[in-house]
Amino acid sequence: MSIEPVRKQITVAAPQATAFEVFTAGMGGWWNKEHSIGDEPLDTVVIEPRVGGRWFERGKTGTECEWGAVAAWEPPSRVVLTWQLDADWQYDPDLRTEVEVRFTDEGPETTRIDLEHRGLEALGDRAVALRGVFDGPTGWTGLLQLYTERVAA
Amino acid sequence: MFELVAEGPVSVGNLALQLPISRPAVSQHLRVLKDAGLVIDRPEGNRRLYRVDPRGIAELRAYLDQFWDETLEAFARAAEHAHEETT
Repeated sequence: MSIEPVRKQITVAAPQATAFEVFTAGMGGWWNKEHSIGDEPLDTVVIEPRVGGRWFERGKTGTECEWGAVAAWEPPSRVVLTWQLDADWQYDPDLRTEVEVRFTDEGPETTRIDLEHRGLEALGDRAVALRGVFDGPTGWTGLLQLYTERVAA
Repeated sequence: MFELVAEGPVSVGNLALQLPISRPAVSQHLRVLKDAGLVIDRPEGNRRLYRVDPRGIAELRAYLDQFWDETLEAFARAAEHAHEETT
């Protein structure tokens, strides 16, 4: 049994190149600042525009926290990012899930975006390490609490 | 460990054979997974078989599902706003 990838599709009223640019270079402008793993308020999110580039957040005082890396860089049609955050929103270089985003030109001012977040099985593994066997008593508590808050909201 | 359990119902002894850790350590891992709601177990003869609890996985997936919904909506607003500014 593997975990079904999370798949999303959305259509935006913008050309393909604009959609790609805003998603990648402009991520810091629209990313929800609450979705931050740093100890300080999130200032921006950076995707270095090349295969092997870093994907990270930068806090208000300049502290950088890794999120993952660029696995595929094919502007303006496709980008694959590794998402290396565990179930407790901590960066783990040994953890690897993937977020693939495809930008399909459907007209001069219309772009379809298909997003797939896959390899989620790895998150289950990391939950073990987090839940006390190696690291401490936290782990899933954080994720489930966040989740519960979302469901209740 | 989780991925081995995800492959199908498996016993502690079988997991210990496949992992470079002791049988007590396997049991301890399984307890953590079970407490986290990720695996469930059932008795079979004189041993217990462990498998993934689909409800636990569903919770994790549901969280990410909603996370990406919200994230893509914010992106769409930003992309359309950026486009409007250039036209």
